[in-house]
Amino acid sequence: MKIVVSSEAEGLDAPVDPRFGRCAFLTLVDTGSMTANSAPNASAMATGGAGIAAAQAVARKGAEAVITGSVGPNAFQTLSAAGIKVFTGARGTVREAVEMYLRGELEEASTPNAAGHAGMGRGLGRGSGRRKGGN
Amino acid sequence: MRIVVASGKGGTGKTTVAVNMALSVGNVQLIDCDVEEPNCHLFLDAELEKVRDVNLRVPRFDMDVCTRCGICSEACHFNAIAVVKGELLFFPELCHACGLCPLVCPEGAIGEGERKIGRIDRGETGSIEFYRGVLDVGEPMATPVIRELKAHLSGRDAILDAPPGASCPVIESLQGSDYCILVTEPTPFGAYDLSIAVDLARRLGIPFGVVINRDGIGDACVDEYCEREGIDIIMRIPNDARIARLYSEGIPFVNELRERKEDFARVFDRIRKEVVG
Repeated sequence: MKIVVSSEAEGLDAPVDPRFGRCAFLTLVDTGSMTANSAPNASAMATGGAGIAAAQAVARKGAEAVITGSVGPNAFQTLSAAGIKVFTGARGTVREAVEMYLRGELEEASTPNAAGHAGMGRGLGRGSGRRKGGN
Repeated sequence: MRIVVASGKGGTGKTTVAVNMALSVGNVQLIDCDVEEPNCHLFLDAELEKVRDVNLRVPRFDMDVCTRCGICSEACHFNAIAVVKGELLFFPELCHACGLCPLVCPEGAIGEGERKIGRIDRGETGSIEFYRGVLDVGEPMATPVIRELKAHLSGRDAILDAPPGASCPVIESLQGSDYCILVTEPTPFGAYDLSIAVDLARRLGIPFGVVINRDGIGDACVDEYCEREGIDIIMRIPNDARIARLYSEGIPFVNELRERKEDFARVFDRIRKEVVG
């Protein structure tokens, strides 16, 4: 089975990146052979819609599930449309997160667990709530 | 002459300066570009009427014609369209209405729809023609409303009240202006955010000067910063209980304090001399 884990660096021993849309790397793990293939997340610095773009990248990799820390509504909707299961609240390394998943210790998300973002704007900083503005 | 009143930090007195300057010089357009929370009208005795809605021209997808090829999704700079597993998802709040997707669609499956994001109001008080933009609640993009507002600039002298910060809506407000007044307060927060606004005005090549509001509070860091950078402090508004009281009652203080009115008119003339050269 192929799973994508959001990660801060390359490989199985990289820490899980708790952000989905703006994670540093999307690490594709083959759970059969426990091998990893990491690619930089092209949408990490997107001005908006990072989660949507990352979700499409995951779909293109042919993954059946995503393991991450938190996922916003747009990314969740895109992943759901692609039939990709979402497991949130992961911690530790990519390897530990996948092992937790295999032991059935990660819960499948049925709703997004992060607030929506839209572009860059005033008032609220990144990750502290709904953002506004920006074009 | 078009003057924009801006600031890095919020709550420093942009609206105070814009409204009081407009009332002091008269015969100007006053444009409230802080479309997320416009409040110039609170200080003006003007009846507002809606001029028009502000609509974005968003794509409309004909799902019977669409082959889910994903070309529009790849072309979209704002990630507003996703195509996964034979399904097309459109995220209207991310769409900047750039018009690219209908151009790239090989099937002609994308037409144009409209989505209302705000409105433009107009009013008059004395010799002042007032416009304000209002962004609908929940809409993330202020810039198109500000752009629409600027279409109502008639060519006479205009004072624009910009939103706080230094992001896209501020840049849209500043573009095309002859002079920028940067309002700050004499505190470390004020000085730091002022430095960001100064950087923006310099990059845009717009001449600017600083107004220190509530002069007397805080410390000397804004004065020191301006001295170091060679920036003109064009006005100081004292931290005066009379001004605070009038503000709290929604009364522009130049209506009551003659010396302040003269000060604004003087500064306006000085800016005109600087702009005209």
